[in-house]
Amino acid sequence: MDLFEYQGKQYFERYGIPVSKGGVAVSVDEAVRIAESVGYPVVVKAQVKVGGRGKAGGVKLASTLEEAREHAGNILGMDIKGHTVERLWVEHATDIAKEWYASFTLDRTAQLHLLMLSVKGGIEIEEVARTDPEAIVKVHVDPSEGYSLPQALDAVARAGIDAEVRDETAELLVGLYRCFVEGDCDLVEINPLVLNTAGKVHALDAKVTLDDNAMFRHPEWEEFAATDTTDEREKSAKQRGLNYVGLDGDVGIIANGAGLAMSTLDVVSQAGGSAANFLDIGGGADAALMTSALDLINSDSNVKSILVNIFGGITRCDEVATGIVQALAGVDMKSPIVLRLDGTNADQGREILADHVSDRLVVEKTMLDAAFRAVAMAAGDSHGGDQGERN
Amino acid sequence: MSIFVDENTTVIVQGLTGSQGKFHGLRNRDYGTKVLAGVTPGKGGTDVDGTPVYDSVKEAVEETGAVASFVVVPPRGAAEAILEAAGAGISLIVCITEGIPAQDEARTVNILKRDFPSTRLIGPNCPGIISPGKCNIGITPGDIALPGGPVGVVSRSGTLTYQALHELSQQKVGQTTCVGMGGDPVPGTSFVDCLAAFEQDPETRAVMMIGEIGGSAEESAAEFISSSMTKPVVAYIAGQTAPPGRRMGHAGAIVSGNSGTAKGKMDALSAAGVRVAKNPTEAGEIMVDIVHSL
Repeated sequence: MDLFEYQGKQYFERYGIPVSKGGVAVSVDEAVRIAESVGYPVVVKAQVKVGGRGKAGGVKLASTLEEAREHAGNILGMDIKGHTVERLWVEHATDIAKEWYASFTLDRTAQLHLLMLSVKGGIEIEEVARTDPEAIVKVHVDPSEGYSLPQALDAVARAGIDAEVRDETAELLVGLYRCFVEGDCDLVEINPLVLNTAGKVHALDAKVTLDDNAMFRHPEWEEFAATDTTDEREKSAKQRGLNYVGLDGDVGIIANGAGLAMSTLDVVSQAGGSAANFLDIGGGADAALMTSALDLINSDSNVKSILVNIFGGITRCDEVATGIVQALAGVDMKSPIVLRLDGTNADQGREILADHVSDRLVVEKTMLDAAFRAVAMAAGDSHGGDQGERN
Repeated sequence: MSIFVDENTTVIVQGLTGSQGKFHGLRNRDYGTKVLAGVTPGKGGTDVDGTPVYDSVKEAVEETGAVASFVVVPPRGAAEAILEAAGAGISLIVCITEGIPAQDEARTVNILKRDFPSTRLIGPNCPGIISPGKCNIGITPGDIALPGGPVGVVSRSGTLTYQALHELSQQKVGQTTCVGMGGDPVPGTSFVDCLAAFEQDPETRAVMMIGEIGGSAEESAAEFISSSMTKPVVAYIAGQTAPPGRRMGHAGAIVSGNSGTAKGKMDALSAAGVRVAKNPTEAGEIMVDIVHSL
């Protein structure tokens, strides 16, 4: 789960990382009140989970109450790359002397944590990585050992951070690592990390990605989850415990396991069709979850056929079959279902479905046959999908 | 022959008294796997369908001499369970748990590397390992695998592992061992570990590998295959048409560069001499041709 900048900054503050003084606003009046309290000049920043907001006009400097009111009014409701601005972060403007970059993430190849630190921070950091990779200090951190102040002091010296602020920058890095580990983040990134003209270092931006798997030990994340997505279908899927991504095609997809779901998208494409979604019901789904998945796909008006591709392992095919029967009985399914069922308890599953097979519920023997049939049905050909059409 | 397990591998099940542990642990036992005991703290002295349960792995190992553990423990306790097994001298740990926090996983895998270098962890978040007809530890349905080789299978994706076994077995091509290494960010066992073991295993004569988008495990595998594998490899990478994934800030772009896409992985594998299929069925068909020409 990605956090908004303001949530990231609030999260940083818990670990002692200095951030600009500011507040979050959902209305113009609220934005003005914050501006008055933190003191002018202020920066009014659109809160969207997408880059490039500055170029889109979503970040503005205001020196007076009138300017703050005008910018807040313009930015609230603005569309930035498909994201509507619903919140503003208003903070006291910083007199920037230098812009640096700092992040901790996982290096999957090395299986270690990775610190990246550079004195060439700012919006062009990826360009720096390409043209001047030496300017980014990369240090692996062993997750079983942790990160200490001496290591951080070494990193800031190597990166060429100004000598007068090495101690406080190193302390900030240790706090950032604590935030990364104890805060259960997949990513913590500060770009830019600024040195202001008064000689102080703080985080001017905050990019934080939380690890959804750690939700169980962070009850405080509920407020982040509440603002996580504005896509109603994805929100509804998440509440049901389904991993769903909306796409543009007309073949609804349900599969168990992310790999099989991705592979189902691949074969639908190879069969000449186009998927309406990615939906992984996960491992060990029961009948109720299967019914819920069908109900969700059914609510997508683009869907013309539904391909259910199940290879049972920890998921039991009898549960899946029961879920389909329950959906047929309780939900007004608008599209025909093409089913492929193999693996754990597949025979029981097929038995449960035997009496329900019709032109609205077709069972195919293989994943490829099922994909061709579902694509043909989406195109309006209920008898298509024969072997002969594959070429 | 097989890799990592064989017909003599003795197994305990951590979490045998839970519903998943019972279902899959007993299914492994029914398959013929030497499941000797279960472990659930506080339930020592009881049994599950005749298999004794102990309070700790240490006790279970002392009583039964088991060398492998099947960890079926919920996410909040899984990392601790893995370390308990390693500490008790278990040499092969198979953890199927899905949803272990990434920080727990990274810490645990690195503790294993540092303190228990001879212990192998398969997973987490994986289907487990099966050597058909000999040993099945995990949640793979045993009846989809066919004994006798000559193909070794390794997969990063859970259900696609079953699909791969199914494609081969349907064509009467057997498997020596199938390792589901799991799709988590920090797996205990990598493609390279499995490829190296298959290269050494005299009964394995070809390898099927199933990868997916994200990370760089397939690119590392391609490097290894190019430099160190003599046996033919067939690969399928899931996610050729997947929507672009979430962008992990600038850091993600800087760390991963161009790796991670299906195309990048398929190109890297092709360049290493791997036959790359466009779907699992085609991967099965290519493997059948290879096996028949061996």
